[in-house]
Amino acid sequence: MDAEDRLRFEQLVLPHIDAAFNLARWLLRRREDAEEVAQEALLRACRFFRGFHGGDARAWLLRIVRNTCYSWLEKNRPRELMVEFDEELHPRPIATPESIAIADEDRERLSRALESLPPRVREILVLRELEGCSYKEIAAVMSIPIGTVMSSLSRARRQLFSALTSSNHKEAGREV
Amino acid sequence: MRCDFSDSLLQGYFDRELSTASAAEFERHLQHCVHCPVELVDMDLLSERLQLARLYEAAPASLRKKIYADLRPVVPTTTMSRPLLWHWLAAAAALLLLAIAGWKVNSVPSTDDYQVELAEEIVDAHVHSLQPGHLTDISSNDEQAVKGWFKGRLAFALPARDFANEGFALQGGRLDVVEDRSVAVLVYARTGHLFNVFIWPTRERDTSPRLGSRQGYQWVDWRKGRMEFCAVSDAPTSDLQQLQRLFMN
Repeated sequence: MDAEDRLRFEQLVLPHIDAAFNLARWLLRRREDAEEVAQEALLRACRFFRGFHGGDARAWLLRIVRNTCYSWLEKNRPRELMVEFDEELHPRPIATPESIAIADEDRERLSRALESLPPRVREILVLRELEGCSYKEIAAVMSIPIGTVMSSLSRARRQLFSALTSSNHKEAGREV
Repeated sequence: MRCDFSDSLLQGYFDRELSTASAAEFERHLQHCVHCPVELVDMDLLSERLQLARLYEAAPASLRKKIYADLRPVVPTTTMSRPLLWHWLAAAAALLLLAIAGWKVNSVPSTDDYQVELAEEIVDAHVHSLQPGHLTDISSNDEQAVKGWFKGRLAFALPARDFANEGFALQGGRLDVVEDRSVAVLVYARTGHLFNVFIWPTRERDTSPRLGSRQGYQWVDWRKGRMEFCAVSDAPTSDLQQLQRLFMN
């Protein structure tokens, strides 16, 4: 990579480090793993940057991030990729200063519901609801036809609804 | 209950992704469908909940640092002059570009390694905070509101004060992470410059202020009453010193 490519990389791709980390964090569910995999993804992106010719740099980077995440999951936690919808799959507590400090119940409930969803369902929700990607970008990142984005999103939203209601029921059950 | 459009047009309509013609068609459907309006409201509520819960997690400073460290060695040092390196760092932060134009090398008193390292992280955190949406968790010029927000989030009492009369208007505060610990940040503004004051408890003795400059940003660091303060801004050092004196009073 020459100096000119390097400069382009820094200008186009590096502003999306937050997006890269956020997606990795929700796909892998652990900040430490997300940091490792996001770093690896950025390295790959840098190595293959010559293959990027204009267009949507965020979508390009996110696609590399998600592919790196899935290959990491296959290697390290293959079981997760086969799980369809596992209510018992509770995330390990993530001890960040923020999560310790911010006792936000709804955040906790939402984040647990999201994390109980299969990775690909979680992925489309994170891209749309947290990252604000357009359908076109979602299709590009996830390598799916744009025509299927609506139905995938619909399914994903429904699953999140039901994950939220089932966790409500469980809590209600505990209280009784 | 669902309708035939639930998995298709309803989603696109909610996400504003339909063409004008399709949106009009769907609106006609909305007028007599009993399910879709309810689903739209549910989706809207869920989306709002997701936004309010602030689930988005920005990259930690440590990741940024590692990525920049990864990038550096690939380019032979001979082709990479220092200004160019700074230029890249600036590009990543976008906003830094402006600062670069006015970049001047200040003569800086020598500081120990700890402070240089610390300053590096603080300046990173400062630059990061300038990205849209990252500056404050609570945006308010009301001392009590800011204090109240931090209460319960911090293990120490925070001296949140507004110095608007002295020219430094309180903008709000946020939690940040510096050197893997949670720190409080108070944000001030003065004539187009933003000031981040990082505050955390320390066991070290009081020190007089030490100054430094990095990537076109100035910082001043001091300890008082078992608290460490580090203020950073692209404003002139004299402004930072003035802010520092206000904190000491």
